[in-house]
Amino acid sequence: MNAENTANLSTDALIDLYRRMLLIRIFEEQAIELFAKGFITGTTHPYIGQEAISVGVCAALKKEDQVLATYRGHGAALAKGCSPSSLMAELLTRTTGCCKGRGGSMHLCDVQQGFLGTNAIVAAHIPIAGGVALSNKLRNQPLVTTCFFGDGASCEGEFFETLNMAALWKTPLIFVCENNGYAISVPTSMSQATPDIADRARGFGILSTVVDGNDILAVHQAAIDAVQHARNGQGPVFIECKTVRWERHSAFSAGRYENSEEAQKWKRVDPLPRFKRKLMAAGVSESRLEEQAKQCQTEITSAVDFALKSPSPTSESIYEGIFAE
Amino acid sequence: MRTLTMRDAINEILREEMRRQSELTLLGQDIGAYGGTFGVYRGLYDEFGPERVRDGPLCESATVGFGIGLAISGMRCVVELEFMDFVTVAMDQIVNQAAKLHYFMGGQVTVPLIIRTPIVSRMGMGPQHSQSLEAWFMHVPGLKIAIPSNAYDAKGLLLTALRGKDPVLFIENVKLYGTSCDVPSEEYSIPFGKARTLRGGKDITLVALSGTVPVAMAAAEIAAKSGIEVEVIDPRTLNPFDDEGIAASLRKTGRLIIAHDAYRTCGVAAEISQRMMETAFDYLNAPITRVTGLDVPVPSGALHQGVVPNRENLVTAIESLLN
Repeated sequence: MNAENTANLSTDALIDLYRRMLLIRIFEEQAIELFAKGFITGTTHPYIGQEAISVGVCAALKKEDQVLATYRGHGAALAKGCSPSSLMAELLTRTTGCCKGRGGSMHLCDVQQGFLGTNAIVAAHIPIAGGVALSNKLRNQPLVTTCFFGDGASCEGEFFETLNMAALWKTPLIFVCENNGYAISVPTSMSQATPDIADRARGFGILSTVVDGNDILAVHQAAIDAVQHARNGQGPVFIECKTVRWERHSAFSAGRYENSEEAQKWKRVDPLPRFKRKLMAAGVSESRLEEQAKQCQTEITSAVDFALKSPSPTSESIYEGIFAE
Repeated sequence: MRTLTMRDAINEILREEMRRQSELTLLGQDIGAYGGTFGVYRGLYDEFGPERVRDGPLCESATVGFGIGLAISGMRCVVELEFMDFVTVAMDQIVNQAAKLHYFMGGQVTVPLIIRTPIVSRMGMGPQHSQSLEAWFMHVPGLKIAIPSNAYDAKGLLLTALRGKDPVLFIENVKLYGTSCDVPSEEYSIPFGKARTLRGGKDITLVALSGTVPVAMAAAEIAAKSGIEVEVIDPRTLNPFDDEGIAASLRKTGRLIIAHDAYRTCGVAAEISQRMMETAFDYLNAPITRVTGLDVPVPSGALHQGVVPNRENLVTAIESLLN
């Protein structure tokens, strides 16, 4: 069952949501390929299958609103408006990357876009997001801070500490839990005592909701409600998005769920064809959507091209930027 | 010139900068109306209120995390950790976050965060409230570390930290809070990376840190009675570290003792010793000597007195080095 267009988005706006998801999907497919070819060192954590969450949430935000995300954060970065070229160059650790090639796949940041970074320590960015949200409150700025994290992070102490502090200080912080069912290999059934992570946030007195994270319109509506609540000074909001991790934990990790029950489930819930069907049922022509696909493909091809042609940092620069002064 | 205690000097510069910098915020536990566990924040809550002198829940990790969030948003923040032993609870935020964000984000953010924390050695508070853990942080690129031993240096170094752009671990010492010296009321700052010679001498260089500094000064005084001139140097900051300041003294004296309350193994003394061998080996007339805390969990009660260096330990080391 799909959510309705309760936000009354125009056809163009609906197609734009589709385009943004597609852009992430193609970006991630390219990243996996570039990793396989040896262009990406370390690893890369694919966001494939979770596109509806970051796109649905970020579409409810202003450019000045801040977003922090995890090492599985390419999707959030793209959804917040970061340039695919500078992100791809960062994945390839080139000087033209958003972090000058210092961060790589797990450390993306574009302050100009309000994207305050992805973090590779599970849950560590949650209190940092809390501090960013507190700065908005102390400055009386009507901005909200959104923090994406996974089900794994919801078991870390800093998660609970931040729920408490954000609720206590009524900071304009939107917690978005992307519950994809797995922390590397451990399923949530083996790590969580209760089925809904949102219940824990409720325990701190935080307005909380659970949505189908593969239904873009459901996520988007939840985000619109959350943003309104937080922006009005009513305190933090918690959105748990139930989703499925289709790809392996990282390109470096073993295991994928081909032929498993998850694979069957995935085919039913993949947010892209699901939303495409919905758009077509609403009268959008398939050719118009295919045109979007072509444009996204061109944009990502050009981003890959830009990244591959960009220089790597020189070894002389290694000590630059340890300190600001 | 008036004298101030180290506690009051820190309080004074925080108060002055809170007045000058409207967005400077203090976070911690018991820092509000209570005035801080050791009274460093006395009166600040009354003047600046609960928004800027912000008492929070007991969670060192998220407190530092919130401080980083404020800092990267351009709001300078001072977080107090009540005992240095509690850095363990906030380790990830200090080591993996504060020290690294500027570097791995390609300079897009700065982290003007100051983490103040006191060493509580020499008080007999037992194994979980007595540690000097500065060496751990000297090991981590990206953190500036100040470790002043007197009111004058504390005020000047803290002002530098409060006007800077980088994360600073500011290590104080409860035993020194009540000690006084001349402190100008006019504004002054002390740059990081410049050691201070507290007492001149030509026979031995004695480098001492934090709570060991007064002990080193007392030992030098005793040695002077036997005609031994000990040059006592306080590095004041560990990162950046004044290699050249220590080396210059060593080239003159040819002998080096390094003293600190912290554990011996992998302590700051080991690092300084190695640096001096790399910098001034040809000038050494004797092996470098360490006088340090023992490698033992610091016991409560009377036993703790034998764990950290005392004046006699240092006098013995001085005499042995010359014989």
